[in-house]
Amino acid sequence: MNLISFSEAPKVKRDRNRIQKIGFAGLRLITVVTILPILGIVAYIVAKGIPALSWEFLSAMPRDGMRAGGILPAIVGTLYLMIGTAAVSIPLGMAAGIYLAEYAPDNWWTRLIRIAIISLAGVPSVVYGLFGLGLFVLFFQFGISILSAALTLSIMTLPVIISTTEEALRSVPYKFRVVGVSLGGTQWQTIRKVILPQALPGIMTGIILGLERAVGETAPILFTGATFFLPHLPSSPLDATMALPYHIYVISTQIPGMPITIQYGTVLVLLAIVLVMDIIASVIRSRARAKRQW
Amino acid sequence: MKKTEKLITNTIRIAGSSSILFVMLIFIFLLKEGLPALQDISFSTLFSKRWYPIEDMYGILPLISGSLIVTIFSMVIALPLGIGTAIYIGEIAPHNVKEILKPMVEVLAGIPSVVLGFIGVLVLSPLVRTTLNLPTGLTALTGSILLALISIPTIVSIAEDALYAVPGSYREAAYAVGATQWQVIWYIVLPAARSGILNAVMLGVGRSLGETMAVMMVTGNAPTLFSRLEAFVSPVRTMTATIASEMGEVASGSAHYHVLFFIGIILFLFSLVVNITSSSLSMRPKRGKDQVVS
Repeated sequence: MNLISFSEAPKVKRDRNRIQKIGFAGLRLITVVTILPILGIVAYIVAKGIPALSWEFLSAMPRDGMRAGGILPAIVGTLYLMIGTAAVSIPLGMAAGIYLAEYAPDNWWTRLIRIAIISLAGVPSVVYGLFGLGLFVLFFQFGISILSAALTLSIMTLPVIISTTEEALRSVPYKFRVVGVSLGGTQWQTIRKVILPQALPGIMTGIILGLERAVGETAPILFTGATFFLPHLPSSPLDATMALPYHIYVISTQIPGMPITIQYGTVLVLLAIVLVMDIIASVIRSRARAKRQW
Repeated sequence: MKKTEKLITNTIRIAGSSSILFVMLIFIFLLKEGLPALQDISFSTLFSKRWYPIEDMYGILPLISGSLIVTIFSMVIALPLGIGTAIYIGEIAPHNVKEILKPMVEVLAGIPSVVLGFIGVLVLSPLVRTTLNLPTGLTALTGSILLALISIPTIVSIAEDALYAVPGSYREAAYAVGATQWQVIWYIVLPAARSGILNAVMLGVGRSLGETMAVMMVTGNAPTLFSRLEAFVSPVRTMTATIASEMGEVASGSAHYHVLFFIGIILFLFSLVVNITSSSLSMRPKRGKDQVVS
């Protein structure tokens, strides 16, 4: 036990103020060390990638073993994958989120569902790739295709969409439900006409963030739908496709003598897609927050 | 009207339970394709020290040790940075600084891992090679640094949530007896947020262990068992990278194919343990929020 006499008290006060100063300085330094690489990476890619960008780069097929020309098939492939993933994961994820927020009783089955969602969220992306290969490519015989890859990505995206939908619905105050039902609406009518519109911005933010992750993933599409090179654009969901993330992997590690500008240009295109989605999500979020009346 | 309502409600109910189905499907298909490995290959071969599939040597120990090494070292870097940044953002930063820092961490979370891998190959690994004077820059260290970057956003956001969840009354009580802000953070807030921060650590580990592309691109992919400390600055190979780089070339149904799925089972089980433990950690404080801190 330390007893502090009156004469020592100012010293203790000085000491603890000094400790606080050192501690805060340390935390500031740590934050700078964490944030700087992020800024550095983004700035570096933008600076190095912009010279490669041109209309031709975005709209032409690759030439000379991908060492020249554009990256159109990779961009289109990524868009197809995004659309396919959205088509499956949005309705399924929203429905599951609505179930958990509005219908699910508090019992062991619901707890099991929650454990399952948490588990899905943590499955490594390459394991999703194995699963997609086993189930969609081989068992259902969809082959290496946009369909297989989009279904794999959908299941990977599902937990994000379910949790954000549930969270957004739960944040709508209980009185909205009481009012909806008291006006003679059924439970579903209340959800659809009253609760969902209120929760929509939150749900959209979650959907965009989920799709953003799907767009950037490489490992789940490695053995389910991505191909090294395609001389034409994919024409059916059963075609394999090029995709930006896989293309980046290929041109940066698999092809010797790849012009560096093309590499940085491709990376910049993917980064731009992801950042734009980020910005849209945060705009939706902040506008909804400003408009909200509860 | 009543009929459609019933139909919709039932659809939502079924969708709600879909996550359980998917987790089971993932597990079943991993087992279906991975368990035959135990028939194809003897147990002693599987748990031996050499991974050399061309000569039918399928020792997975070096892969497990590779995964563990990069994960552990990435946490050594990411935990102080991530938790420190969370404390700064959550407790110290003025409001406007906070509003800038949070989106930046989200930007890092959105950068696809293949983009970070690309930067790792072109910028980080030459840097590691020249500063440490190594024969190659593709090392466990390089991989750990990238993994730290990848897991930092997860750690920051979960740790910040944990700090935010500490009731304001705890802080007020400490200030009332004359504590400095630093003392409040160090002796009150951090211990109270303990389980949430542990949760952040677990999810960071899960993120690191399951990461595939970035690690595959920068660790040099040499399957050697970690034995000496120098191994830290030489090439290693992780479980995820092995699956991603070899699955494309194996004949479906071969022993090699089954072993890769077997590695998938190990990864899947590991992610289950990590995520279920962490979710039970994060559920606990809700019950005892107003109980004693200690």
